[in-house]
Amino acid sequence: MTGATAVSSSLFMPRVQRRRRSGRAFELLCMLLSLFGLAFLAVLIGRVLWEGASWISVKFLTNFPSQMFPENAGIKSALWGTIWLMAITTLTAVPIGVAAAVYLEEYAPRNRLTKLIHFNITNLAGVPSIVYGILGLAVFVRWFRLDRSVLSGGLILCLLVLPVVTIASREALLAVPKSIREAAYALGATRWQTVRWHVLPAALPGIMTGIILAVSRAIGEAAPLIIIGAVTYVAFVPTGPLDYFTALPIQIYAWTDASQPEFHHLAAAGIIVLLGILLPMNAVAVAVRASQQRKKLW
Amino acid sequence: MSDGVGLRACRPCVGAIMAKALVKAKERTIHLALFVCALVSIVTTVGIVWVLIKESLEFFAHVSPIEFFLGTKWAPSFFPQHFGVLPLICGTFLVAGGALVVAVPVGLAAAIYLSEYASPGLRRILKPTLEVLAGIPSVVYGFFAFTFVTPYVLRPLFPETDIFNAASAAIVVGVMIIPTISSLCDDAFRAVPRSLREAAYALSATRLEVSTRVVFPAATSGIVAAILLALARAIGETMAVAIAAGNLAKLTANPLTNVQTMTAYIAQKSLGDTPAGTIEYQTIFAVGLTLFLMTMAVNVIAQRVLKRFREVYE
Repeated sequence: MTGATAVSSSLFMPRVQRRRRSGRAFELLCMLLSLFGLAFLAVLIGRVLWEGASWISVKFLTNFPSQMFPENAGIKSALWGTIWLMAITTLTAVPIGVAAAVYLEEYAPRNRLTKLIHFNITNLAGVPSIVYGILGLAVFVRWFRLDRSVLSGGLILCLLVLPVVTIASREALLAVPKSIREAAYALGATRWQTVRWHVLPAALPGIMTGIILAVSRAIGEAAPLIIIGAVTYVAFVPTGPLDYFTALPIQIYAWTDASQPEFHHLAAAGIIVLLGILLPMNAVAVAVRASQQRKKLW
Repeated sequence: MSDGVGLRACRPCVGAIMAKALVKAKERTIHLALFVCALVSIVTTVGIVWVLIKESLEFFAHVSPIEFFLGTKWAPSFFPQHFGVLPLICGTFLVAGGALVVAVPVGLAAAIYLSEYASPGLRRILKPTLEVLAGIPSVVYGFFAFTFVTPYVLRPLFPETDIFNAASAAIVVGVMIIPTISSLCDDAFRAVPRSLREAAYALSATRLEVSTRVVFPAATSGIVAAILLALARAIGETMAVAIAAGNLAKLTANPLTNVQTMTAYIAQKSLGDTPAGTIEYQTIFAVGLTLFLMTMAVNVIAQRVLKRFREVYE
């Protein structure tokens, strides 16, 4: 009996204790590494608050940026520039992006061209933002002679976020069950009536999530605007789409690049305002998606 | 049936036919408008390729492609001018490679934890919170790298670190792309059928063994695609790199020194007032074309790999 046990354990050693221990160590390692990202986020936000919170004031929001006097500098022009950019980007990217998604999901025949468009949109989503800036520089700024205007900037951001809007909308449309469309057709609805009154409303939460994420990406984007030569210390608010502009991320970049440490505080204060806009937007998008998943209409 | 009677009977009929024609015309117009919107993406791509190639051709009329792609010195603003892009590519890969060193272990571990260990409740909180990392603008990461990572993390550890250095940029870009890896890998892990896991558990495998020897190999192509997509993002990243990595184009493998990436060069050149039409101005497009081709190649390979992984389990 003892001999048999000895033989079997030499042939097969389950080493359960050791395996359990290494399993637990692995779980701990994975947990700690996933927490690394969160810890980084916490330190980043803490650092920005520490550097910039005391510089936030009404004056900071309503004064123009100053290259000389950090204590009087503000983000009025940057904030208005960002609002202008968002208006132009949203007004152009949302209709075009959603329409493209509707075409691809509801209308497009299964042919080569459709496949090409699909492939193309996926790839466009991976093109670096700075390349869109180069495109904008050549096409909007020089060819269309829009100069470094807020319209040029907004159109570039529109092209940049179009793939995001289209892909998100396509996924939302794809999740709408066939039966809804068939019910509408059975009642004699045309294709557009089906899409307009039945498919789009059902897909709306998903589309909204995509739009919010796209707009928040555009708000934080600085690289393509720098390429077209958005100016940094702007002492006026754009009054029309052809005016020069600056935007929050560009102003933050300029202050981070400045040599005096006071300006770093201004940059941090600007970041607080920027994240104060972006993080709630992200939260709304996540909440919409979560409630959508919980409801599971179909 | 006389004509008169027919006409009288069909008066409402004519209205209906006209209404029907109107509806049809409207449908066709809408169809066309939607199609045009879908074509915007094609026009964008054609525009990008056309602009980059057109200006690059003018550049290559002055500088031979051999000098551009094989030259080891990049100094377009000094005399004598040098147009070797290798130092910029070296800087780009130093930062992007460093970013992967940070992002791959963290992203993979997070994905394994999310798909194999975390309870559904924890998962619902952890996954979106990790995705916030991708939603923070890169200029913010640049600020953090420059004012925190370099002076408070790198310099105490390595006193010889430059104020601008590739390592600080690599760390923040790495954090930025964690969600790309963790979310895509999580999707890949969850696409592995339950039955495979259960078979292993039935043989009394531990979770560690199931994760590393069953789930992981089954999801290899998803993992590879995720890493490639993250790499493409890191290569194209601009603001964080322009702020933190510096602007000294040189061939080096030392991450603690000042380097310049392709994106940082393009940003720096456009900030200065370089007159259009000069060869310096055209370098923006030549470097842009190189950057575009690189990210495009990485992305296309990633899509290929991803497609294969989808086909296995669907």
